Amino acid sequence: MNPLLRVTGLTKSYGPVEVLKGIDFKVAAGEKIALIGPSGSGKSTCLRCLNFLEKPSAGEIHLDGERIGVRLGRPMNDRQLAPQRAEMGMVFQLFNLWPHLSVTENVAIAARKVRGLSAREARELALDMLAKVHMTHRAAASPQELSGGQQQRVAIARALAQKPKLMLFDEPTSALDPELVHEVLKVMEELAAEGRTMLIVTHEIAFARDIADRVLFLDGGRIVEGGPARELILSPREPRTQAFLRQIRH
Amino acid sequence: MTELSTFILILEGLLAGAGVTVVVTLVSLLLSVSLGFVLALVRQFGKRRALHALIDLYCEIMRNIPALTHLFILYFGLASIGFRLSSIAAAILGLGLIGGAVTCDLFRAGFAALPKGQAEAALAVGFTPFQTILDILTPQAMRIALPSLGNYAVQLLKDTSIVSAIAAPEIMFYARSMVTSSFQTTLIYTTVALLYLALALPLMQAIRILENRYGRLKA
Amino acid sequence: MNRFIQPYVDNAGEWLPLLLEAMGKTALLSICAFALSLVFGLLLAVCRNTRWRWLERGVALYVATVRGVPLLAILFLLYFGLPGAGVTFDAFTAAVLALALAFAAQVAELFRAGLMAIPAGQREAALAVGFTPYQSFTLIVLPQVVRISIAPLIVTFVSLLKDSSLASLITVDELALTGRAMATEYFLPLQIYVAVGLCYFLIAWPFSLLSKRLAPPAAR
Ligand SMILES: Nc1ncnc2c1ncn2[C@@H]1O[C@H](COP(=O)(O)OP(=O)(O)O)[C@@H](O)[C@H]1O
Ligand SMILES: [Mg+2]
Repeated sequence: MNPLLRVTGLTKSYGPVEVLKGIDFKVAAGEKIALIGPSGSGKSTCLRCLNFLEKPSAGEIHLDGERIGVRLGRPMNDRQLAPQRAEMGMVFQLFNLWPHLSVTENVAIAARKVRGLSAREARELALDMLAKVHMTHRAAASPQELSGGQQQRVAIARALAQKPKLMLFDEPTSALDPELVHEVLKVMEELAAEGRTMLIVTHEIAFARDIADRVLFLDGGRIVEGGPARELILSPREPRTQAFLRQIRH
Repeated sequence: MTELSTFILILEGLLAGAGVTVVVTLVSLLLSVSLGFVLALVRQFGKRRALHALIDLYCEIMRNIPALTHLFILYFGLASIGFRLSSIAAAILGLGLIGGAVTCDLFRAGFAALPKGQAEAALAVGFTPFQTILDILTPQAMRIALPSLGNYAVQLLKDTSIVSAIAAPEIMFYARSMVTSSFQTTLIYTTVALLYLALALPLMQAIRILENRYGRLKA
Repeated sequence: MNRFIQPYVDNAGEWLPLLLEAMGKTALLSICAFALSLVFGLLLAVCRNTRWRWLERGVALYVATVRGVPLLAILFLLYFGLPGAGVTFDAFTAAVLALALAFAAQVAELFRAGLMAIPAGQREAALAVGFTPYQSFTLIVLPQVVRISIAPLIVTFVSLLKDSSLASLITVDELALTGRAMATEYFLPLQIYVAVGLCYFLIAWPFSLLSKRLAPPAAR
């Protein structure tokens, strides 16, 4: 059984600084993986390397058997990468909604311009996706008029509209006021229940424990420990994981 | 070699006007900034509505009419009703009056950028409103306005070339009179451009130094 | 006061058509030059953000040069100077070109400031949904830059409109030159130049108002 996502030997350096020092992991279709680790450990960099928003220094990424970012041994440019990126939905910490477009347009525009849907089809799709994140009532609003939690739900709908094989979440609730975190986690929980493949960078340990199948603990650019979510979080083996989890609980 | 000697000849001819260019620039800059500052104070902190309207009207008139037209009104227009200004006086007055409106906006933007807390804190420690404006708000507003004032100074230097149209004997005036007596127009106007550039560059540099020393005030 | 007003009453029939026609010429000159400066300026701004260092340097040099050289010098160089080098423009073309070249630098700086004001995440989100770099720019970045730049662009247009008066010095028969000709013909320079000023004001003022309306509240 081939994994949906296969990451081997992923390395990333900024100048002399090696931020990722050889990352290996696999994600099976339908699997939910939580990526945890201290701030600065390379979680975002790792996620952004998957869709080549950052160019890895070395290593290979395969999605559904297809090598990402390299064709016939040559690196692909941003234009060539576009169809591959469309296969992965990404949700950012700071939402990155487009302020000049309405909520519906934010969700519909890629369907129209990337996948070639008609304006009507794209609109219907967008409304379906907004329904999934319980944002239909603000479909006509402008992103700036929404709360952080609402914006993030729209951003999730935007990623869903790509019909992605894999969803990437980079600390989707870290920029939110505490009382708004719940509404976003609830939406993600519902997506998880649909059997989607999700890779989630998060500091919400309880959420990771309940939703994820597996947890990877990243520290200093390496995966220190990985395993079944409940097991790793309740009884971590590595001292560094133990220290991190102790710290984050207080 | 003859090219070079022609160039030097042209440059010498143009330099005859450089003094007037510099004087017109500096004096009208002084006039602009003083006028603009007073206008900005009155407009920003004054209480009289009528005065505000008057200042707004003044600024709109200055802002929406070309400098050339203002200069013609001052120089040819006033002369025709017996109020004769020298070309240099008209140039300084014209550029200064226009600049007053420009710098008024720049100073006002500086005052407007200050957080409310600045004035409140000054009043709270017992400054009078007048002291608050002059001792606390003005220095900060000046620093905020400094980069745009610098840009304005460079613009003003360039705009002095317009006053050749009312025969003020500055660089461009000499260039134009030289052209009528020679066919070296390409060289002459290239030299003119270089000369202005040579005057503008130190000004730009000075602005950058001032900006680094006094500007970039973080609130 | 009456002595000032009376000439307008007496000559309105002759002056109005002359001034109106000249206003048309000024508008045409300004619009042509502004359109061209938008194109040049956008090109310059885009060139300033490429991976080719020499292109960036060239653009920076161009912008700095134009910042330090009076428009009048550019205008005279194009109209009087270039024939010496074998290139000839008619006065109107020379004026359009000079204005466009000078204001392109300002437009480029505005666009550049606008580009820098767009957070990197905007483009990243666009790439992430599968847009090509071209789509990311035209669909996501550019519309936002235009929205930020529109008010300062209108202010720039008003400056250009005013500076188009310099075209009178190379014999383009726009408002300022028409004014000069009328002043000599009627011996009423004060009344005529005031009228010319009013004509400029009537064109420029609506744009000034519009720019204030469109500026974000903080900048007002
Ligand atoms: N563009 C960059 N240039 C240089 N260093 C970077 C850059 N982006 C991230 N880093 C560094 O890489 C390390 C990992 O960053 P990041 O992946 O954002 O960590 P995390 O998401 O786990 O907090 C940090 O030390 C950060 O300073
Ligand atoms: Mg991060």
